[in-house]
This record gives sequence, structure tokens and C-alpha cells, in this order.
Amino acid sequence: MAQVEMIVNGASVTADIEGRTLLSDFLRAELELTGTHIGCDTSQCGACLVHVNGKPVKSCTILAAEAAGAQVLTIEGMADVDGTLSDIQQAFQDYHGLQCGFCTPGMIMSAAALLSENPKPSETEIRHYFEGNFCRCTGYQNIIRAVQAASGQDVGAAAVEG
Amino acid sequence: MYNFEFARPETLADAITALAEDGAEPLAGGQTLIPSMKARLASPDTIVSLAGLPDMAQITSDSDRITIGAMATHNDVAQGAGAFPALAALAGQIGDPAVRSRGTIGGSIANNDPAACYPAAALGSNAVIITNTRRIEAQDFFLGMFETDLEEGELIISVEFPLPKRALYIKFPQPASRFAMTGVFVAEYGDNDIRVAVTGASDDGVFRWAEAEAALQASFAPEALDGLGFGDIDMVEDAHGNAAYREHLTIVMAQRAVAALS
Repeated sequence: MAQVEMIVNGASVTADIEGRTLLSDFLRAELELTGTHIGCDTSQCGACLVHVNGKPVKSCTILAAEAAGAQVLTIEGMADVDGTLSDIQQAFQDYHGLQCGFCTPGMIMSAAALLSENPKPSETEIRHYFEGNFCRCTGYQNIIRAVQAASGQDVGAAAVEG
Repeated sequence: MYNFEFARPETLADAITALAEDGAEPLAGGQTLIPSMKARLASPDTIVSLAGLPDMAQITSDSDRITIGAMATHNDVAQGAGAFPALAALAGQIGDPAVRSRGTIGGSIANNDPAACYPAAALGSNAVIITNTRRIEAQDFFLGMFETDLEEGELIISVEFPLPKRALYIKFPQPASRFAMTGVFVAEYGDNDIRVAVTGASDDGVFRWAEAEAALQASFAPEALDGLGFGDIDMVEDAHGNAAYREHLTIVMAQRAVAALS
């Protein structure tokens, strides 16, 4: 067991953990932040995507101890404390950018990472950026539309064909 | 996952000491090692995290070479290797954005996955792999699938790439894994010194394609590669394609690179 300390959604947290504890398990089991979903646990699907020091990271493929001292942002940190949704979350709701919703936390964190790097991505850039996020409902079209809306772009321009 | 000891040294000297212990393995970005440990394909007793050594992520360049710290992530290289645009572009196509946030050049080269991208650039550039004890030329470093010249406890510190006159890496990604089904790195060094390094295609991992190099030195044009053979290279035969398919794909990727560079 070792003590780790990090900032999660703006709050300092300290816990004793085993070396093998994945960041995804630390967030869900230790901190009860179960908005981060574990879809595949093999680094493929992106449902567990969070930000570590502002960078998108699959939390199932980083040890919690590796995030010691880091700033971690999860889906729970996206809305305001009064529950007002972030622009990206609101756009996913407005444009129905989810079907079963399981992949949505990772999609929204990925979208936030994309828009912080590239505030007005083209449709091609959005599709390319999301290659590490799977929606097994295949709801990609509305996810793309939601990201376009969240970035203040014309949603009607989204191509019908994928 | 099974349990193990976790060490996070704050100095390179402490990391080398920790890695000298039996059963110790370095952890760089973990994008291969952590999934391998979950699947019990790897089971080190002690993980020596290099996360406490930020100096190992530096990128420096001068007029004829670029030196990239082993802990530079694919994203760092994509953004910071402007002196070697082909290498920056290669790094920007590895995996997906989240993998590129964590995966490192040192980890990729030490792992020598037969379908990884970096080994093609390292071999095609005859980069020098600098470890805590020595300098190893890429042509002596990559020994076969997942095999390198690294000794137990030896750690890659940085990789030094001579800058080419022109170069390009083109890959055909396997659609699910994003690894190279076949990737070809074409470069010109000095006066018509053409290098062609191929990843993803051979059972023995990355290789220099001698027939293509000779053909392109005679005529740097896509047509020069039509119908070329592969000598005694064993091409991969797997669920994604047979040897003839891999040979064809290698020719096509090389032709695309040559066409773009011409």
C-alpha cells in the first residue's frame, strides 16, 4: 500500500492504494465517482476516458499511482456545482448524442479534449479524433452533430453518409 | 490484475538501481505493458515507474539531428519534432488521442512490437538508441519480434535521429487496433542514400527492404517498385491477410510514400 494524493475535479484527495489499482478503479471504487465507465478494460473503447493534467487518458490503462500529484477531471467535474450542464453536455442532450448512454462520459471527455485543442474542428477532424471512443449503439452521427453544436458550428452541414 | 511492488524513483540513478533487481520492469506510458499485465502476458514483480523523471521527455535538435527523450509521448513528438516532419507525422498517427497522451517513444522502441510504427523510422534513419550504458545503432538494436539488444536492467534514455533530406512514413492501419498492418518509412540521406524500412509485414519485425532501396537509388519513382521481391523476408500470415497480401500492401505503401516525396 502506498499513499497517493491528487486533485480530482478540483478537490484534493488522498488515499492508501495498492500499486495495481487502476485510475478507473480508484475513481469508481475509492472515490465513488461512477460516472467514469469501464467498457472494455483493454484500452479500446474509451468509455473510461478522463483528463489527466488536461490530456485525454484512458483511465483503465494508467495506474492510479502514476497520477499522483496530477489534476484529474472526470465527467462529474463537467457540470457546474448547481447542476447546470456544460455546453458539451447540453449539446449532447439537445442533439440526442447518445442512445444507451454507456459511452457518453468518455465521449464528452473526449469532446472536451478535442475542443480545448481545436475549438472549431471540421467534421473529418471530429471523426478522426473519436477513433478511440466506441459507441456500440452506433450513434455516431448525432455525437458528431453534438460536437459541432458545442463548438458553435452549423450542425445542418453534417454529412448524412458516414 | 495481480499485485506487484510499485516504485516511483525521483532520479535516474535510483531508477537504474531499482531496475537492477530481479523481476523489475520499467513502466513508461503503459499503453502496452498495462494491458499485457492484465492479460498476464507480462508479470513483473516490481514496476519501476519513470513518471517521476520529467527530464527524460525532452526533445532537442540541431542542424543535423534530433534527440528525443525516451519518455516523450507520441503527442509530444507529434507536436515537438518539427525538425523531422516525417517523424512528427508518424507519431501523430499512432493509436488514438488518449493513447498518444501516454504512450512513449522509448516504450515503443523497447517493446519492438512487429507492427509498431516507431521501429520503422528508427531503422530507416539508422537512429542511435542511447541507454544508461551505451549507444546502439538501430541496425543492431531490433533483433526480431519483441526482441531487442537491450540487456536486463538497461534503460533507454533517448533516441537520436539523423535528419534526412526528405522522408515520409505511410501506413495501412489495421482498422480495429490502429497498429500498422503494413507501414513503410522511405527516406533519403546524403547523396541518393535511400532507405526503406518496413513494419507490420514480417514475422521478424521491422526490416530494411534492400530490393526497394536499390531500385529507388536507380530511379526514385513509384514504378521502380512494381513487382519487386522481398528476398528471404518471411511475411506475416494471419487472420488479416496472407503473405502475398502483405507483400502487395508493402509495395503499395512504399509507392505512395515515393509518389508523395517525388
